[in-house]
Amino acid sequence: MTQTMDAAQTGGKKRLIGGGAQQRLLAFASLIVLLIGFSIASPNFMQTSNMIAILQATSVNGVLAVAATLVIITGGIDLSVGTMMTFTAVMTGVVLTYLGMPLPVGVVTAIATGAFCGLCSGTFVAKMKIPPFIATLGMMLILKGLSLVISGTRPIYFNDTPGFDLISRGSLIGEIIPAVPIPNGVLILFIVAIVASYILSNTVLGRYTFALGSNEEAVRLSGVNTDRWKMAVYALAGGIVGIGGLLIASRLNSAQPALGLGYELEAIAAVVIGGTSLSGGRGTILGTLIGALIMAVLTNGLRVLTVAQEWQTVVTGVIIILAVYADMLRRKKV
Amino acid sequence: MLSRRTLIGAISAVGLFAASPASHAQEMYIPLISKGFQHQFWQAVKAGADQAAEEFGVKVTFEGPDNETMVDKQIDMLAAALANKPAAIGFAALDSQAAIPLLRQADEAGIPVVAFDSGVDSDIPVTTATTDNVAAAGLAADKMAELIGGSGKVAVVAHDQTSRTGIDRRDGFLNTMKEKHPDVEVVSVQYGDGDHLKSTEVAKAIMTANPDLKGIFGTNEGSAIGVVNAVRETGTEGLVVIGYDSGTAQKEAIKDGTMAGAITQNPVGIGYETVKAAVAATKGEELPKVIDTGFYWYDKTNMDDPKISAVLYD
Repeated sequence: MTQTMDAAQTGGKKRLIGGGAQQRLLAFASLIVLLIGFSIASPNFMQTSNMIAILQATSVNGVLAVAATLVIITGGIDLSVGTMMTFTAVMTGVVLTYLGMPLPVGVVTAIATGAFCGLCSGTFVAKMKIPPFIATLGMMLILKGLSLVISGTRPIYFNDTPGFDLISRGSLIGEIIPAVPIPNGVLILFIVAIVASYILSNTVLGRYTFALGSNEEAVRLSGVNTDRWKMAVYALAGGIVGIGGLLIASRLNSAQPALGLGYELEAIAAVVIGGTSLSGGRGTILGTLIGALIMAVLTNGLRVLTVAQEWQTVVTGVIIILAVYADMLRRKKV
Repeated sequence: MLSRRTLIGAISAVGLFAASPASHAQEMYIPLISKGFQHQFWQAVKAGADQAAEEFGVKVTFEGPDNETMVDKQIDMLAAALANKPAAIGFAALDSQAAIPLLRQADEAGIPVVAFDSGVDSDIPVTTATTDNVAAAGLAADKMAELIGGSGKVAVVAHDQTSRTGIDRRDGFLNTMKEKHPDVEVVSVQYGDGDHLKSTEVAKAIMTANPDLKGIFGTNEGSAIGVVNAVRETGTEGLVVIGYDSGTAQKEAIKDGTMAGAITQNPVGIGYETVKAAVAATKGEELPKVIDTGFYWYDKTNMDDPKISAVLYD
């Protein structure tokens, strides 16, 4: 308790950066071990096209995980990121395909819808004092239902919006350096991660995000309007989820209304593997990014090794537990 | 501590790789990417694929997302399968459009794609191994006519009006009745989304509206169970119920006589024919556009026949 009080009082910054750097190193080491291991085990693993497939598979989960990281650092949890992603994709479909608006309007719609949904969750949590688990569980179901209602349970295709599929599938980098056609979706993930990371470490919002997770009461007693900051964090996370919605809709060239359940758990797994504490107050975006990459490398690598699907699931579960246990061991020593 | 973490990573990695099949030698590799994995239907497809793999001496893997909404997961599976430079690929698309870029990539790499189950909306697949739903529903119509004595009123509870299987099964039943059994009148076709409860309500409404109804055909598992529920709830007797596919509830209903019988697809055959066609495609053999994987009528008398029970699932 005293430790967290100290952390809250000093803004928790020094300890966070120190611990964070080490954690990143550890997670990064695991990622490298996995990459090397899979490369030795299968000659087909380490090819440009497969590396790009892995990055492509990381993009959506990575963006959702960045959003989840922000909320988790405040000591909350967001179970609605998966269906919120779907909802923003469906709303984009409504605007672009049903209403025939130009592409930029669709992009703004996705982000604004996400931010609004996040603000709703934030209000439930901050103002109505509903525990985040329940508030976002409710939100998860509301948004799943609304996606189905609005779309009439049918996928909305973006065939009439030329260029929409390029948001995720196209490759700006590939046009400049043809040898590494990294898809735009991946580029967007990295931009989102850099911006989120900047917000966390260099802005007032970032400082309060950590402080809320370390000791909300202390922050409140020092005269800060914690409710407002908490709502801001949920809204920011929602806006990021909106970007995730754009990415998946672009990748599938359609808004699939029934999709989304289960994606929140994958995002949370990436966050935790990346060393962010579920009890709040501690975490990094870079760690989350590495966590998401570990998940994608693992899934892809096991498939390339043609491990039976039943066992893939078992192994993924074991790796999550090992990763978090190793983190616990390290923390005890520190 | 770095070393301990790395150690754990290394140990688990080594464990993984040791567990992976070592027989990478020149065996022909054919991955099947399906629409599902854990449902009994898909496990039966997998069993058929494995059987063909053994027979033709090829290596087959079978993967599918946890449920039929996970379109992007299925695409990731397809991408990983392509990385392994397979000899051919079996694919049952959740959403054909979303998979087109990867299918094109396969096409350009000269990897033949065999579509199975509901197929792929594209001209890339060399063939599609699937149930002829029109013919299967036609068989249901023949059985219905036979069981009600060649004349009278019947109805259809269908699972939906937009999907390929929904349309084919409905029309297969209706057209066969019209052409071969002119004395049988189909008084109503209603849709229950394959949902047990909705189909129950739909079937009850039809029965109320047509007290002299002689039979109802449910076009998939959920629809058929809905009809059975309606019969049980209203205590109706003497109505001929015909179902589709299997599952515990439907099998029980056939055993206790509530349901006269049902059409079963041959999921084992779907898996088998997919792999067989893929092997043929790698040798450049000509394949028909559609491979009918077959279907059977089953009822109380032949349920335990090994040929039938092999394709029924719980």
